[in-house]
Amino acid sequence: MTGLFSEVFLSALLFGAVTAAIPLLLAGLGEQISEKAGVLNIGIEGMMLAGAYLGFVGAFYSGSLWLGFLTGAAGGAAVAVVMALLCVRIGLNQIVIGIALTLGLEGLTALLHHFQFSRSYPRLPAADATVIPLLSDIPVIGPAFFKHHLIVYLAVALVFGMGYIYRRTQLGLNLQAAGDKPAALDVAGIDVVRTRTIAVLTTGALAGLGGAYLANVGAGLFIPFITNGAGFLGIVLAMLARGRPIWVLFGALLFGVCLSLTTAMQVAGINIPTDIIQMLPFLAVMIMLVLFGRRASLPAALGIPYERGAR
Amino acid sequence: MSGFSSSSVDRRDIVALEGVTKRFPGIVANDSVDLSIRPGEVHVLLGENGAGKSTLIGMLSGLQQPDEGRILVDGKPTPITSPRLALALGIGTVFQHMMLVPTLTVAENLLLGGPWWQRPRTEELAARVAEITSTLSITVKLHAKVSELSLGEQQQVEILRAMLRNSRLLILDESTSMLTPKGIDELGALMRRLVEQGLAIVFITHKLKEAAAFGDRISVLKLGRKVGEIPPERLRALGEQEIVSEIVELMFGKQKDDPEAVERPVRTARAGAAPLLQVEDLTVAPTDNAPGLSSISFDIRPGEILGIAGIDGNGQKQLAEALAGQRIATCGSVRLDGAAIETLSVGERRRRGLRYLTDDRLGEGTVGTFPVSMNFFLKQVGAAPFWRNGVEQRAEIDKRAAQLVREYDVRTPSLKTPVARLSGGNIQKVLLARELAEGAKVVIFNKPTYGLDLANTLASRQRIRDTAARGLAVLLISTDLEELLGMCDRIAVIANGALVGTVENADDARTKVGRLMIGLAA
Repeated sequence: MTGLFSEVFLSALLFGAVTAAIPLLLAGLGEQISEKAGVLNIGIEGMMLAGAYLGFVGAFYSGSLWLGFLTGAAGGAAVAVVMALLCVRIGLNQIVIGIALTLGLEGLTALLHHFQFSRSYPRLPAADATVIPLLSDIPVIGPAFFKHHLIVYLAVALVFGMGYIYRRTQLGLNLQAAGDKPAALDVAGIDVVRTRTIAVLTTGALAGLGGAYLANVGAGLFIPFITNGAGFLGIVLAMLARGRPIWVLFGALLFGVCLSLTTAMQVAGINIPTDIIQMLPFLAVMIMLVLFGRRASLPAALGIPYERGAR
Repeated sequence: MSGFSSSSVDRRDIVALEGVTKRFPGIVANDSVDLSIRPGEVHVLLGENGAGKSTLIGMLSGLQQPDEGRILVDGKPTPITSPRLALALGIGTVFQHMMLVPTLTVAENLLLGGPWWQRPRTEELAARVAEITSTLSITVKLHAKVSELSLGEQQQVEILRAMLRNSRLLILDESTSMLTPKGIDELGALMRRLVEQGLAIVFITHKLKEAAAFGDRISVLKLGRKVGEIPPERLRALGEQEIVSEIVELMFGKQKDDPEAVERPVRTARAGAAPLLQVEDLTVAPTDNAPGLSSISFDIRPGEILGIAGIDGNGQKQLAEALAGQRIATCGSVRLDGAAIETLSVGERRRRGLRYLTDDRLGEGTVGTFPVSMNFFLKQVGAAPFWRNGVEQRAEIDKRAAQLVREYDVRTPSLKTPVARLSGGNIQKVLLARELAEGAKVVIFNKPTYGLDLANTLASRQRIRDTAARGLAVLLISTDLEELLGMCDRIAVIANGALVGTVENADDARTKVGRLMIGLAA
């Protein structure tokens, strides 16, 4: 039991937490854009899976993690194109299409993986960490937070980038208007469909990137259903964050700790059934929802397709 | 009306409609309408609900496209295919329903629509706003959230937004419907200042007096057709009363005098009869956003109409709901035909003959997506003969519904039409038919003519009079004093949840009620 509190264990736990948090962070930030613009994107789990699969394939054949991230983001965005066409342009039900996309991609990615690799699960080489000088020498915190792949730092920087876009730019105003009162945006001369399409495609790309990170860096391989609900956790994060990217980051880290803890406790060999330990992250979701769910404020037009001049 | 001295100069229309027709499933919203809109003029579009005013505005602002005919801008045929194009052509619209994002500040709302890659130019905006507001003598709080502004303030923001976009034509769609009388006067003065600056204004309303007071040119629409136009020369020659009677002539072609004129009620109340409704000490605790009721007592005899006058929000709705059983009273008694009902449920009170016509017609009154036929029976679900053993009897329902539609003159394309598609007046008829059906003894009307056009207002009032004439007791809650004076036997005044006095509706009732309403003794 003493191992639980050793310095090494603690920094491994936190390192794992960050690794687990990054896909959630990217999914949550992505979902947040869609929701801000009034599109409830339940297909995000499918977009992550597409990103994980294509990201892995890209990295596997090219040998470049960065190319993998690119193909992953492109894969997520490609799924988002379908969502944008059906839900934003044609105005079909966002929940139904979202579920269909998720289920469809679960099957499709598993099938493609089976064709390509049969029953083998080839691994990628471990990702190179970008070690931040000085900061990484701090005990416990240093190895936990400052020895990650470059994309991790970029994802965290994205949180602040998003915050800037929402608060300080015309695009941020347009996105919020598209979600809160699309008719007002339309009569202001901005195309609501276009604004929402941009939002959904960005969601797809971010979710795809999150999936690619999950496969390429987090796991180092692709297995079917690898996202295991990460997209849905992203939806929860976006809803609880009340439109603020920084809260997505905090939420993602909290869930990351829970996820990492499950691994760590199993490794440490604590005498608790693994099923209970694996429940932990989802228990955390429920506790968060009970505590903060009531405070979630969602855009007024969330989930409602915009139709010009409709009464 | 400055600038009319030069009206002999050939002033070309900024925007003109030529034979514009627009059809929707089941109705012709606009039937070859011609319209000419000129700078320096307030052009009033007058018409009742469903006359096609909003559709016309939709086409001018690029939300809808005409099926036939054409729109000319500066004399050139120009299809207005999008709101963006309308704005670029200098056509700014203030819609009946506010088009501001409630979660953004005034400044952010005004900045909406700029190029997305730009940073919002707040300083530039503030300077331009200051310039415009000073010439119009209005004040606008740039950093307040829109959800914190009053409706009048929001409207000024919308007008300001149109001015910021260099609009040459400003369309105001039913802009006075949600304003206080003071707000309406201010809007009138603002419109005058705007046309003096050379703007053209299209002002849509269904209120005759506003049309007469604010208009330089009046076009009257009726069932999608333009039935007449009063040009500026003629408007200036006529007095307000003459204008109103001319408009009424155009709209109805029957009455010449003010159709809403007060007529003294015929007394039908039987003074000796036992009261049908007795309310004593009815008290409701106040909530965060609504006043309570304190110790309300009154009674109503058969055939009598008791009016409740007062400024909106003084407990009228709470009173109606407490009587109907929708709101819990902390103490007091309510007797219907002698029997105590204050502990009974909403449904049981209804079965005993207490009926409540809500003012929230589409919210609690009807289920918008349900067909007209089903909405007649919403409060009888499960009851024979319309349901048997829990199974809906479609034939019975349709038969009775068809009867009610005829009897109450509900104008609906079919029994299966979702009720929300009907106009306000027809939804009210559905409610009237439902609540006045068999077994009614006491009927509570909450603002029964609110938001209805003239024809439907008059029809509803006649229904209420007929109800009393049948020997029912009527409680008529209204914020329209004229309505109460024209219909009631007695008028009670409510203020802050308490009845501050009750007066007989005699010749001096107007002054007495007026004194009570402003807090003086009658």
